Amino acid sequence: MTYFSSVEGSLFLITALVAVVSAVMVITQRNPVYSALFLVLTFCALAVLYLLLGAQFIAMVQVIVYAGAIMVLFLFVIMLLNLDRPLETQSKLKHQRLVAGVLAAVLLVEMIYLLHRGLPTTGTQPSPPRNFGTVEEVARVLFRDFVLAFEVTSIVLLIGMIGVIVLAKRHLDEKKAAAPERILSPLRKE
Amino acid sequence: MDWTYWLFLLLKMVIVLGWALLMVPLLIYMERKVLADFQARIGPNRVGPVGILQPIADGIKLLLKEDLLPAKADKYVHFLAPLVAVVPAFLALSVVPFGPITHKETGTGYFVTHVNVGLLFILGLGSLNVYAITLAGWASNNKYSLMGGIRSSAQMISYELSMGLALIPVLMIAGSLDLVRIVENLGVAKGEGLSRLLLTVPLTISFVIYCICGVAETNRAPFDFPEAESELVAGFHTEYSSMRFALFFLSEYVNMITVCALATTLFLGGWKFPFVPETGPFPLLVFLAKVMIGLYGYMWMRATWPRLRYDRLMKLGWTRLLPIALANIILTGILMIAFQ
Amino acid sequence: MPEYLRPYLPIFVFFLLVFGFGAVNLLLSWMLGPKKPNPKKLSPYECGITPIGDARHRYPIRFYIIAMLFILFDIEAIFLYPWAVYYKQLGLYGLVEMLIFLGILLLGYVYLWKRGAFEWE
Repeated sequence: MTYFSSVEGSLFLITALVAVVSAVMVITQRNPVYSALFLVLTFCALAVLYLLLGAQFIAMVQVIVYAGAIMVLFLFVIMLLNLDRPLETQSKLKHQRLVAGVLAAVLLVEMIYLLHRGLPTTGTQPSPPRNFGTVEEVARVLFRDFVLAFEVTSIVLLIGMIGVIVLAKRHLDEKKAAAPERILSPLRKE
Repeated sequence: MDWTYWLFLLLKMVIVLGWALLMVPLLIYMERKVLADFQARIGPNRVGPVGILQPIADGIKLLLKEDLLPAKADKYVHFLAPLVAVVPAFLALSVVPFGPITHKETGTGYFVTHVNVGLLFILGLGSLNVYAITLAGWASNNKYSLMGGIRSSAQMISYELSMGLALIPVLMIAGSLDLVRIVENLGVAKGEGLSRLLLTVPLTISFVIYCICGVAETNRAPFDFPEAESELVAGFHTEYSSMRFALFFLSEYVNMITVCALATTLFLGGWKFPFVPETGPFPLLVFLAKVMIGLYGYMWMRATWPRLRYDRLMKLGWTRLLPIALANIILTGILMIAFQ
Repeated sequence: MPEYLRPYLPIFVFFLLVFGFGAVNLLLSWMLGPKKPNPKKLSPYECGITPIGDARHRYPIRFYIIAMLFILFDIEAIFLYPWAVYYKQLGLYGLVEMLIFLGILLLGYVYLWKRGAFEWE
């Protein structure tokens, strides 16, 4: 019990609680905008959890990439597609709940098993190396030991860019077709 | 880690918070006077001597105004948006280095705290700022609000990118993300003679890009699209009144302060100035003076340039600033190798 | 408490302080301000004309394109931060490494530009 009565222990408890409660809210809210907002809160709580584990750089990346970029796209899509009203229709996938329930049960059993087996019996955990989680340390590992993984990421990003074009293809083609007319338009009498 | 340490820390927090809260009315007054001067007007001169109490009066008025919630608006999100605006704005001040470390053993100094990922922390908070505007625009159930909100969130994310990339050369030279370390390292790390001279080139390019992006990030003229009054009434805060509106206003000015403080830290040498000692109140005064110059620049720009066109704004960000910032990083890399 | 957490604790405290400041302000103005709503006052502002239809429309696809591209380039930028901080130790090796990374992304960037993804009319 010494861990939970320390400062970082109580911070962990609060943050974990926020993370779990907001994650539950994500799937129980009827309004998609609320769901998205609770997901942002979950990501922020996760960032704090990373921080408590000493992964400072990852914590900031979590906020910048997940909360600051990906969720902005989510919100855009929800707001702009006019999905922002309670969904009344039932999902078309009939057995979705059943499948989800079974999968959740399997996951729960797995987690209980792992926790039961792997829980450290003594109160002391091995402390991480001194520079653990700092930007410098992440850089050393990423750019010296895992160069290939880093380079491959650029190809993943490239595929992402092509994906954007594919998604927007129709729109871009239409605009291209309409372009000559637009150049002439100032000459036309409206 | 005794109680005097925490008491002192708490005191510093209150001072930083109080400083920011005092700066905002001062800046509003200054802006109105400066703009009036530019346009050969007098500006506020009724409340108090030379109108100095005008922002205070405005603040009290806003506090006492009716809290309007438009029909069909989303009341939770409408309430949440100003809070989302104000919290990241102020929180960024916690890592701003107003001066050097004074006690090596405890690591305290003229700042609330300094962390290993300080710069990323500020950028992360900046990326959360997008939510305030988007949510305010969406929650209001007003066409102008939503248009303003969507427009400006697209603007903010586009310029966030170029801003982030413009900072990379500074980090390459300083070799740290800790804002205190950056100021300490930069002067030395540039080397002497030719190396120092040539490295100034990419840093200057970075500075220019940073300034453009900083203005766009804070939605100020000539990039003030969220509140382009001739097109969008008041943009995302059309349906906001009383303190809810005031918090948006407050966060805009605090964000301006942060942008200037960051410019000071990364490009203008922070608390350092030639022949000024780094003890007592001097570093603090130097830092604040530099920030004030930046803020005056903001007002100068507002008085000088007309608003851009939205398509040109997006094009400027994506097809000009972004490639220039990337090329600048490569240039810095080559220069640093050449002088190693 | 672990050593790495110490500099972050003031940020937590500062967060509480700032959050409290914002919440108290909102609460104060809610308590002090008058509350006399009427239907005309609460209708959305459309320059004095009676509001037409719902405010929430579908919006141009441009905004999604920008948001998607932002994610991709943001991740690219995130890789640059640790690289920049560690650049002095990496030296020429680091430069070549990053040139390959940026070169591959440049292909995508040029393709996007050619296809008109940055055109905003």
